[in-house]
Amino acid sequence: MQNFEQYNSIITTGVYGSAIALILIGLYAVLIKKHLIKIVIGLSIIDAGVHLLFVAIGYIKGGTAPIFSPGNEDAVNKMVDPVPQALVLTAIVIGFAVTAVALSLVIRLYKHHNTARIDQIKSLKW
Amino acid sequence: MKKVLVLVLLVIVGYFLTDTFNLIPFGENRIGNPQDEQTVAGYYLNNTVEKTSVANTVTAIVVNYRGFDTLGEVTVLFLATTGLGSILFRRKEDEEEIERINKPSSSLMQTGSRVLFPLIALLGIYVFIHGHLTPGGGFQGGAIIATGFLLMLISYKNFKAGHTMLNWVESLAGITFVSIGLWGLLTGGTFLENVLPAGELNNLISGGVIPIIYIAVGFKVAAELTGVLDILLNIKPKK
Repeated sequence: MQNFEQYNSIITTGVYGSAIALILIGLYAVLIKKHLIKIVIGLSIIDAGVHLLFVAIGYIKGGTAPIFSPGNEDAVNKMVDPVPQALVLTAIVIGFAVTAVALSLVIRLYKHHNTARIDQIKSLKW
Repeated sequence: MKKVLVLVLLVIVGYFLTDTFNLIPFGENRIGNPQDEQTVAGYYLNNTVEKTSVANTVTAIVVNYRGFDTLGEVTVLFLATTGLGSILFRRKEDEEEIERINKPSSSLMQTGSRVLFPLIALLGIYVFIHGHLTPGGGFQGGAIIATGFLLMLISYKNFKAGHTMLNWVESLAGITFVSIGLWGLLTGGTFLENVLPAGELNNLISGGVIPIIYIAVGFKVAAELTGVLDILLNIKPKK
């Protein structure tokens, strides 16, 4: 039993830890990197971390997917929470839209200033 | 200096995130007793099968219980495509050919993608038609179809995605979604009410309007993502 709890705590640390690590890596890229494409990639990584966190919160130990497929009809008692999954589905689509618009703005900036590095765009300085 | 500040900030953010999530043990039953219909998850898990006859609870939530939200989501996607088009729009200067930025690919790639494209499209259509029975749905199926188009766009330099066609597909799918919503309003219910008979669980034709809406969403997402890819690949590099 104790072995199982130890295992469980490793899983907890692993799942939450990787999600939080993804968020921190993305934040680092957004704050430190100078290239705009890398900043957009950082935003996408934050997105991935938040989605992982969401799905991890909804998980129930030993749970199945919330789908009543044949042979699984009376599994209500061991299904995972479907609400975070539905929310993540929305969030992924919004994340895609944000990335697409951000990339188009990067392309526009690149065409205008001939560089995509924010430290070389002089007109942004004051 | 800046790096040190950022690292300090990251440590603070990381500490508080870890601290918070230590209070929420992973894998613990947080929805309480699933038979209890007072909780959100319990209500969905207990009522989806009886009321909508949809096997995939996530689909039922996304399309039926939170259908209005999904309409907004699809609108956001549409606005992103439109915004992308308007930000990157440039007038063609006389007789100038817009060239794709990628290099022409090998004949191996071209033949391979010609074989794979119908199969990928078929998989995408399967995923969104069975959105109420199996994992997947309109958004996922649409994204799969768009990857097929991406394969064609990067392997054939003169493959045109046909923006008139894409706009028509997108508009018709959007109109279908909204008119199904209005249909519910006209029959005396609420917007996006499930007006069709629910049918039998795990049949292809079941769940009332949910499969129809998800098929429309699938076409809409496929057209929008293909449009985005086409716009992004057709930008002309600066001379």
